[in-house]
Amino acid sequence: MKFSEEKLKKVNEIIARYPDGKQKSALIPILHIAQEENNGWLDVTTMDHVAIMLNILPIEVYEVATFYSMFNLKPVGKHVFEVCRTGPCMLNGSDDIIQYIKDKLGINEGETTSDGLFTLKPAECLGACGYAPMMQLGKHYREHLTKEKVDLIIDECRRNAAKNN
Amino acid sequence: MKLLLENAHIEGIRYYEIYRKHGGYRAAEKALKMAPDEIVEEVKKSGLRGRGGAGFPAGMKWSFLAKPEGVPRHLVCNADESEPGTFKDRYLMEFLPHLLIEGLLISSFALGSNLTFIYIRGEYAWIVDVLEQAIAEAKTNGWLGKNIQGTGFDCEIHVQRGAGAYICGEETALLESLEGKRGNPRIKPPFPAVQGLWLRPTVVNNVETLAAVVPIMNIGGEAYSKIGVGRSTGTKLISACGNINKPGVYEIEMNLSVEEFIYSDEYCSGIPKGKKLKACIPGGSSVPIVPANLLFKTAKGETRYMNYESLSDGGFATGTMMGSGGFIVLDEDQCVVRHTMTLARFYNHESCGQCSPCREGTGWMYKILKNIEYGKGKMSDIDLLWDIQGKIEGNTICPLGDAAAWPVAAAIRHFRDEFEWHVTHPEEAQTRNYGLAHYAEPLSTVTV
Ligand SMILES: Cc1cc2nc3c(=O)[nH]c(=O)nc-3n(C[C@H](O)[C@H](O)[C@H](O)COP(=O)(O)O)c2cc1C
Ligand code: SF4
Ligand code: FES
Repeated sequence: MKFSEEKLKKVNEIIARYPDGKQKSALIPILHIAQEENNGWLDVTTMDHVAIMLNILPIEVYEVATFYSMFNLKPVGKHVFEVCRTGPCMLNGSDDIIQYIKDKLGINEGETTSDGLFTLKPAECLGACGYAPMMQLGKHYREHLTKEKVDLIIDECRRNAAKNN
Repeated sequence: MKLLLENAHIEGIRYYEIYRKHGGYRAAEKALKMAPDEIVEEVKKSGLRGRGGAGFPAGMKWSFLAKPEGVPRHLVCNADESEPGTFKDRYLMEFLPHLLIEGLLISSFALGSNLTFIYIRGEYAWIVDVLEQAIAEAKTNGWLGKNIQGTGFDCEIHVQRGAGAYICGEETALLESLEGKRGNPRIKPPFPAVQGLWLRPTVVNNVETLAAVVPIMNIGGEAYSKIGVGRSTGTKLISACGNINKPGVYEIEMNLSVEEFIYSDEYCSGIPKGKKLKACIPGGSSVPIVPANLLFKTAKGETRYMNYESLSDGGFATGTMMGSGGFIVLDEDQCVVRHTMTLARFYNHESCGQCSPCREGTGWMYKILKNIEYGKGKMSDIDLLWDIQGKIEGNTICPLGDAAAWPVAAAIRHFRDEFEWHVTHPEEAQTRNYGLAHYAEPLSTVTV
């Protein structure tokens, strides 16, 4: 596990934000970067690497990585569908959308398709309740989901994967 | 009257030049010529109450900030926004980032914070870019950095992402997270105003609260306090969702009636397909659900308005709360048991696990609700649920325990017959055939 030049620069910028001796504050922002650099998940080697960068104990990194739901401790697919299922989204049909994705991709919540392209991860309210049903896909939200829209998103992901291979 | 979103529709208002052209940073100009304490005084006069949920007067919180000699102080903006039903801060930050930055600059100056943080929920990743761009522009134009506008005041603002944990919206958990730890709330006292970030005196305020400082400086605290009604001064952002025709973020004056908010074309525009209103959770998932018959009128028969006092009229027996302004509407076809079950799952997922009543109780409530919802419940489960929620409330380190208990309590209080129906009709419950006609009339099992 190695950070790219550009990411290393960003890491150092972040560490410099905090007063002397308070560098541990940079942990969560750096774990986000580490996860991006490591195919979307955090393995022990990566977490240990972050501990060395911040001069803290590995256990301090594990404690944090296991607490926050955005950190993946197992490998995930190239595209992670995080579909919200909390109250307001449920009122607008998120149950049906989740079922549709499960059927279409042949996976259950928490699973990854055998081609490694898709992971379905249940999510709790993502602050998009007025634009329900919705999911997070990478950095952005996909809102007002319908079955047709889900089809389009899946096609789009497949096309991108084909292009990058 | 619009004070926050007035310019939200202007093309490009996200960028400095356009924001400035429409009166942006005028409040900051004014504030930087005042003494810090005078700004605190204006905010006190305005009557502004915290918009994060608890409604604590902002000026009073500011005046509690300890100022020991030689110890730096900090302002932290709470942009964790994770309460189901709430998405107003997101709207404000996405469309009017400079309004927040201007509010943060004024507030940092008033409180003496040279290092200010915006703690934003990790999922709002693209908004981090919007805010960082606005911060860079503000810096280029001399509104941040060293010796701001020649006043000798220095201020840096950094955006810090969380990583998916509702509990990090609780101010002390937020501070722990900002220090690079798990989001475990601290025992209070000491309060953040005395020992906050890195044990230094800290003020934590919500995004909307800090943005509201801008119009307060522009029109003056006195004038701000005259908008709205009673102790509900100024304007409030409401994020409306659920079964309504026009979901979205609305800025209201707090003398608007709830009925008008739901049915007027200016706001929610009524319920889709002409369905009837069944119930509403007006202040984010943590506040009690109220049936339609108690939503438009209080138990005394008075009109209910969209403000702190009116919404909580009657206490938990017949009222609810303003909370964060996350307004969730349920139409006649919705199942209160299922809705409550999703909320119970949410709180169980989000409990930090420090206190046993919350850690265990939220798990039990979810399991029992799931059984009832899927037709596997017993009559005695309803009383058991009631019992468990009562044992969580008030027995925990932070208010997440109460927040998990209240929705369950209110659902049973007002919709007990719906829970019983699930028990007596297991097959229909399993197939989610809720016998909806049965619920078409707003239910009232309330004993006042
Ligand atoms: C479980 C829990 C979650 C909270 N989440 C938020 C939140 O997402 N945003 C927020 O501003 N306040 C939240 N609060 C309230 C904060 O603890 C704090 O009161 C608030 O940030 C103070 O700002 P204000 O006075 O401007 O409202 C939460 C409180 C609790 C108990
Ligand atoms: S009430 Fe729940 S969330 Fe709050 S400190 Fe206790 S266990 Fe954690
Ligand atoms: S409930 Fe799904 S985004 Fe809020």
